[in-house]
Amino acid sequence: MSESKELQVREKQALDSPAEQTRPGLVFKPLVDIFETDKEIVVLADMPGVSPESLDVDLREDILTLTAEASSGRGEGEQDILSEFATGKFYRQFTLSEVIDQSKIEAKLDNGVLRLVLPKVEKAAPRKIQINS
Amino acid sequence: MTARRLFDFPGMGWRNPFAELDRMQREMDRLFGGKFFRAGLPELQAGVFPAVNVTEEKDHYYIRAELPGMAAEDLDIQAAGNSVSISGERKISGEGDNVRYHRREREAGRFSRVINLPEGANLEDVKAGLKNGVLTLTIGKSEASKPRQISIN
Repeated sequence: MSESKELQVREKQALDSPAEQTRPGLVFKPLVDIFETDKEIVVLADMPGVSPESLDVDLREDILTLTAEASSGRGEGEQDILSEFATGKFYRQFTLSEVIDQSKIEAKLDNGVLRLVLPKVEKAAPRKIQINS
Repeated sequence: MTARRLFDFPGMGWRNPFAELDRMQREMDRLFGGKFFRAGLPELQAGVFPAVNVTEEKDHYYIRAELPGMAAEDLDIQAAGNSVSISGERKISGEGDNVRYHRREREAGRFSRVINLPEGANLEDVKAGLKNGVLTLTIGKSEASKPRQISIN
């Protein structure tokens, strides 16, 4: 990571609606980094234009769902001169293979990047099981 | 879209003849929920990072770019002549040695882009704001180029 390269534009990946939409609008797939240590799984997602209030992180039955609404920042009466990217919702789902300790999940949104820390459930210490006759 | 590359907007004339087409296409996409009219055409125009949206209203021009994860001090914005340049470096800090990656889609690197502005832009009056990873430049219009209401006597 020491040498820096020239960044290239990548087209935002629009999704065909993940589910039927009740409100019209484009849906994009956020770019993510996901890595794992012994203790936790960390998800970093690029979500420009998303404020903490409009972000929703949901984890149920091993399925992690990120949903967010990005604001275009446009004011009233602005007209397009050049338009190279569109804004809309962000949506992405992951299946987690580890059991996550739901109570210790941490989410932070900083400059449009979500950092989600999902601590793994500590392995239960082996215990002796009494057999009752 | 060779033409678009040859006459790299916006140097040649401010009103991009393709902008209206693009806008219509997006509108169609939105209405029909699919890829309408799009025969593998890239939506991007200049192909230079970052992609920008330029809009105008009565008194200002606005340039917006999505730069998630960048802090104000990593950005260098300069106004010179009739153009504004946005350059900087996006850094993604390392996460230590004991991590195993499952996905690695986010990229780090340098970028630099120059955006030409129309005659009426007042480059003495440029404001920049960075919020939730979106950079917004607000550029005032010179008095002469603002629309004036003409009253009928």
